[in-house]
Amino acid sequence: MTTAHESETVKMQTTVKPNSLADVAQAMRAPGTRAIGTGLETRGIHAWFGKHHALSNISLDFAAGTVTALIGPSGCGKSTFIRTINRMHEFIPGAAMAGEVLLDGKDVYAPGTDVTKIRLQIGMVFQKPNPFPSMTIGENVLSGLKLAQLKVENKDELMQECLERAGLWSEVKDRLGAHGGSLSGGQQQRLCIARALAVQPQVLLMDEPCSALDPGSTLRIEDTIRHLSETMTIIIVTHNMQQAARVSDYTAFFLSEGGPGQMIEVAPTSDIFSRPQDERTENYVTGRFG
Amino acid sequence: MSTQEIQIPLPREITTEPRRSDKVFRGVVTIGGLSSLVLLGLIALFLGYRGFEILRQEGIGFITHSDWSIATDDAGNVIDSHFGLAAMLVGTILCSLIAVVIALPISVFSALFLNFYAPGWLKKFLITIIDMMAAFPSILFGIWGFLVLMPSIEYWAKLLHRYLGFIPIFDMQVPVFTRSPFVAGVVLAIMIIPIITSVSREIFSQAPLDRIQAAYALGATRWAMIKAVVIPHGRSGVIGGAMLGLGRAMGETVAVFTVLNIVFQINWQMLLGAGGNVASLIILKFGDASPYEIKALMAAGLVLFLLTLVVNGFANLIVKTTGKSGR
Repeated sequence: MTTAHESETVKMQTTVKPNSLADVAQAMRAPGTRAIGTGLETRGIHAWFGKHHALSNISLDFAAGTVTALIGPSGCGKSTFIRTINRMHEFIPGAAMAGEVLLDGKDVYAPGTDVTKIRLQIGMVFQKPNPFPSMTIGENVLSGLKLAQLKVENKDELMQECLERAGLWSEVKDRLGAHGGSLSGGQQQRLCIARALAVQPQVLLMDEPCSALDPGSTLRIEDTIRHLSETMTIIIVTHNMQQAARVSDYTAFFLSEGGPGQMIEVAPTSDIFSRPQDERTENYVTGRFG
Repeated sequence: MSTQEIQIPLPREITTEPRRSDKVFRGVVTIGGLSSLVLLGLIALFLGYRGFEILRQEGIGFITHSDWSIATDDAGNVIDSHFGLAAMLVGTILCSLIAVVIALPISVFSALFLNFYAPGWLKKFLITIIDMMAAFPSILFGIWGFLVLMPSIEYWAKLLHRYLGFIPIFDMQVPVFTRSPFVAGVVLAIMIIPIITSVSREIFSQAPLDRIQAAYALGATRWAMIKAVVIPHGRSGVIGGAMLGLGRAMGETVAVFTVLNIVFQINWQMLLGAGGNVASLIILKFGDASPYEIKALMAAGLVLFLLTLVVNGFANLIVKTTGKSGR
């Protein structure tokens, strides 16, 4: 994270108390904020799978141009939470949600919202690399444009730019016509990141993007995340606490104590790891459970 | 460190001795697996044996000429005979191709509807109906085609003739629109829709969920997702289903017999009421055939059998060569 950037963006207040939301919104509208949208807010998110109450009352704000890591043991609702943000949650039969997700102040669940436009603004990278097997590497990068029927002037330039930003260009520039499945796992995941970048989202959700990768590929993707955060808001779910410490500005700790998953604490990442407010957070980050 | 050269051994032969229970089970499944092959071989042998005399007599003319005549003297002895299946083979292929061309898009769209658009209750209901359609007796399709479809399809056949008549297969000299290959093809299409639909539905439902989610997460509409993920995944399966339907259409007997006019003249004009069909020929002639003519019918059966094998082999080839690019 560049220091210039940090001075420009007023850091968000890290608590779920309702009155602080206004402060954060105010802060994000402050002069000098980067022109990449005012950011993303969630208010009182609940999620259910059938009768199972999976997630309870999550209110989190994500300032423009920051990286927020979501940590916590398996089954605490981190992935469910980010899937409510880009409306992927609703694909699961029986899934339900409550609360609001505000992108630039507009509720993405408001009636009449074009959900495909929302997903263009809020991109996603999945746990398992999932390039389209019937498309070449180049076609995969530009697949979002085709899927959303967007027109661009210079496709080759965009393809190169996205692959460069995803840190993959030098490895694939001579075989853009090869099939996506011919790449290694780490390369495939960076291809998926490049694909997500091509539609120029303002928010990028990453659901354990490195959990299926080797350490070398993981480091490359973390580099990529740091570069990307200069121009977009990133939310990353991770089980790897070193990774959270390396890439994120803020960390939110989720926990399910038998009931639905809840957010225990959110703070600047250094605070979460050095002086957590809640005992449960401390137990988790020091490896005493989870 | 020894400087001695390492002697590279020959690879060992690796053997496993199966247990007795495994051997018994292996025998049982082998019998099961081979029985269909044996049955098929015996049928082919039987047809070949019974039809051999005719095949030898007619030679290649049996599939290149269009003729079916027997002359007998007063005592009932055969003096002269000509058997040629060309018109019947052309008719069989024409009717089944019409059927597949009509049935394939309907089946693919209904499979997509069932998998991605239909609400749960409607999906269950429709699948039951389609499965029932597959089990429906073919004579009822034939009677329906004769009594209901034929009178109303004439109008459409005339429209096709008027506006597409410049294309040879829609052209005709004599305005006889009933009992045409077109009518037979439509009846066959209705009969093979269930097969192609259920094969397509099965393959579409196996489209990988993570790719579907990837497409949606990139802002795809449902149709865009289907084009990008589901259809490339299912292409080879759909072709396989279409070939299965084609095979079924080529072998169908009673329904075609009910709605098709059998004429021993090669005819590619699908709207003209003069067609051919090997299976229908057999049922047409079988009732009052002399033992000698029966031999010719057996030979015709063998040719139809081989035609079906060739088409299925061709289908397998297509599925294998197109299958790789989709996945």
